Amino acid sequence: MAKIDYLEALHQALDEELGRDQRLTIFGEDVGGVKGGVFNVTQGLAEKYGDRRVFNMPLGEAEIGGLAIGLGTTGHPAVAEFQFADYILPATNQIISEAARMRYRSQGDWTVPVVFRAPYGGGVGGGFYHSQSTEKVFVGQPGLRVVTPSTVRDAKGLLKSAIRCQDPVLFYEHKRLYHSIKAEIDPNEEILTPIDKAAILRSGTDLTVMSYGVTLQYVLQAADELTQQGLHTEVVDIRSLYPLDKATIIAAAKKTGKVLLVNEDNQQGGVLSEISAVINEGALFDLDAPIQRLAGPDSPAMPYAKNLEQAFLVQADAVKQAMLDLAEF
Amino acid sequence: MTQKLLASGLDKVTLQQVYTQILRSRRLDERLGLLQRTGKTSFNVSGQGQEIGQAAMAMAFEPEKDYFLPYYRDMTAFMFWGATPKEILLDSFGRAAGPSSHGMQMPNHYGSKKLHAVSQASTVSSQFPLATGVAYGAVLDQSDRLTLVTTGEGSTAEGEFHEALNFAGVAQLPVIFVIENNGYAISTPDKEEFAAHSLADRGAGYGMPGIDVDGLDFTATYLAFKEAVTRARAGEGPTLVNLNVIRLLDHTSDDNQRIYRSEAELKALQAKDPLKTLTAQVIAEGIFTEAEIATLEQQLKKEINLATDQAEAAPAPDLSVLGQQVFAPVEKETGIYG
Repeated sequence: MAKIDYLEALHQALDEELGRDQRLTIFGEDVGGVKGGVFNVTQGLAEKYGDRRVFNMPLGEAEIGGLAIGLGTTGHPAVAEFQFADYILPATNQIISEAARMRYRSQGDWTVPVVFRAPYGGGVGGGFYHSQSTEKVFVGQPGLRVVTPSTVRDAKGLLKSAIRCQDPVLFYEHKRLYHSIKAEIDPNEEILTPIDKAAILRSGTDLTVMSYGVTLQYVLQAADELTQQGLHTEVVDIRSLYPLDKATIIAAAKKTGKVLLVNEDNQQGGVLSEISAVINEGALFDLDAPIQRLAGPDSPAMPYAKNLEQAFLVQADAVKQAMLDLAEF
Repeated sequence: MTQKLLASGLDKVTLQQVYTQILRSRRLDERLGLLQRTGKTSFNVSGQGQEIGQAAMAMAFEPEKDYFLPYYRDMTAFMFWGATPKEILLDSFGRAAGPSSHGMQMPNHYGSKKLHAVSQASTVSSQFPLATGVAYGAVLDQSDRLTLVTTGEGSTAEGEFHEALNFAGVAQLPVIFVIENNGYAISTPDKEEFAAHSLADRGAGYGMPGIDVDGLDFTATYLAFKEAVTRARAGEGPTLVNLNVIRLLDHTSDDNQRIYRSEAELKALQAKDPLKTLTAQVIAEGIFTEAEIATLEQQLKKEINLATDQAEAAPAPDLSVLGQQVFAPVEKETGIYG
């Protein structure tokens, strides 16, 4: 079986769903034509499915979002690509005021079965506006699902599920995972990842680490290394950033009594803060240590200068050290 | 000079129905104002002064198949799309059976799945990008159905208005964009809203015809929309219509226009009330006699009284809906929501 990377998994998901559902359209800046997006996720799809279903959009993110929502309300599922998660902000009104509210405000008369794809994350020399994690802007909006795959298998399965989901889904893809992780995926297997469930990627009894994105890869690597030293880590891939899979999170926290939360975004006011609150409510008396958060600094965005960029990013050795510190608490 | 009603090409019976519906919407509008002032409802947006333009606009479409994305002053247009006074009253009372939002949204946020009128937010112009999506759906379905979307002239300053027109021009979508231009964005006059000579001029910038229409003239409005509709139905793309109307009353029931419009302006406004002009035309062209209109008034009063009583007596939403329809229900077999 051939190994594919995270980006190819996303491409396969889109290809398969376009083939399955003739109503589905995919569009965004540079998404159509021969280029297939600035990261080439949609390369070849316009040629295969026609430029009525896979097409370029003018540079107007509110229109990209609104086009998808309008299509969705009339029974046409759609995938709108925002070129970078940093550029999704002009579409915030469409995503929150329209997509997230539509089902509730009409009590189910109108629904928005669309996916908003957003490549996020730093470490690519992208400076302020090509590196950001913008998920905390959008989590906490009832009616809007916010998910992110952190494995190759989920890149495919979660995107397919998001397309089939009748809710609007904001789908974050970490840019640095596009080509850095590979896995064997059977092209004939229909992979549909549950859209609202966290995943246990390693089972352990000494400490629990929850993460998503590139930092999850660091957690996995450290967990495997620490196993050699006799430390066994429960690793949780959060996957659904909103709503949170509270049951899995609480159970994993209770299991070891020591919890470390890791993400690339700023520490305050983000996804980790909410996870921490969930654990406090559901598992406080099973904890043996304060919940730890390892995250980016609370400064606005990732600088361009290499040394500053690397200093902003949560690094693999910092993750391992935080895990060791917590294990010894 | 206002054109003759029969010059619209519509026959007498149709014009009788049109006049009846316009009169019904005016009387209903008055009732909604009364219900708000007496504390029976919390809020109302009056569309008085815009009814003739809205009626003529809607008459050019086929509501049984075309989609409508209205804005909050579109009660008359929504009624021409098929909404009844009772349905509008249910929305105003915040009742569970209200078609627009089942009690979730403020009144005047018109929508109905049954009538292809898409649910609207209060964020002005955010319906414009949606309208392009609805129109693109017709292209995908290879259907000749059209999409009509409206807003006030103040809302055209929003970026979403421009982004939507830009893409509709590029993709030549079957959509008609309408600016119901009553000269005021709440209290801000149009000279402070835009510098263009006419908002119709915006059309050229997006590669589509932009037309100025006298929304107080039924026939002129109807014929202008007919042309735009014919063009869109033939696959010849979108049109921008600047529909010039007047706002007879306050912006909403929470506003008082006497503090920003002069006594003289308000007096002149009342003299321009298009319903008065229309009624004179209806009588002059032999569509209804004065006596028939008097009878009609009596019938409408009874009808609106009954609808008011029924809507007021209808059940409020159940408290359980606070937690319902937030997300799609999960499909047990697939584990996928939807």
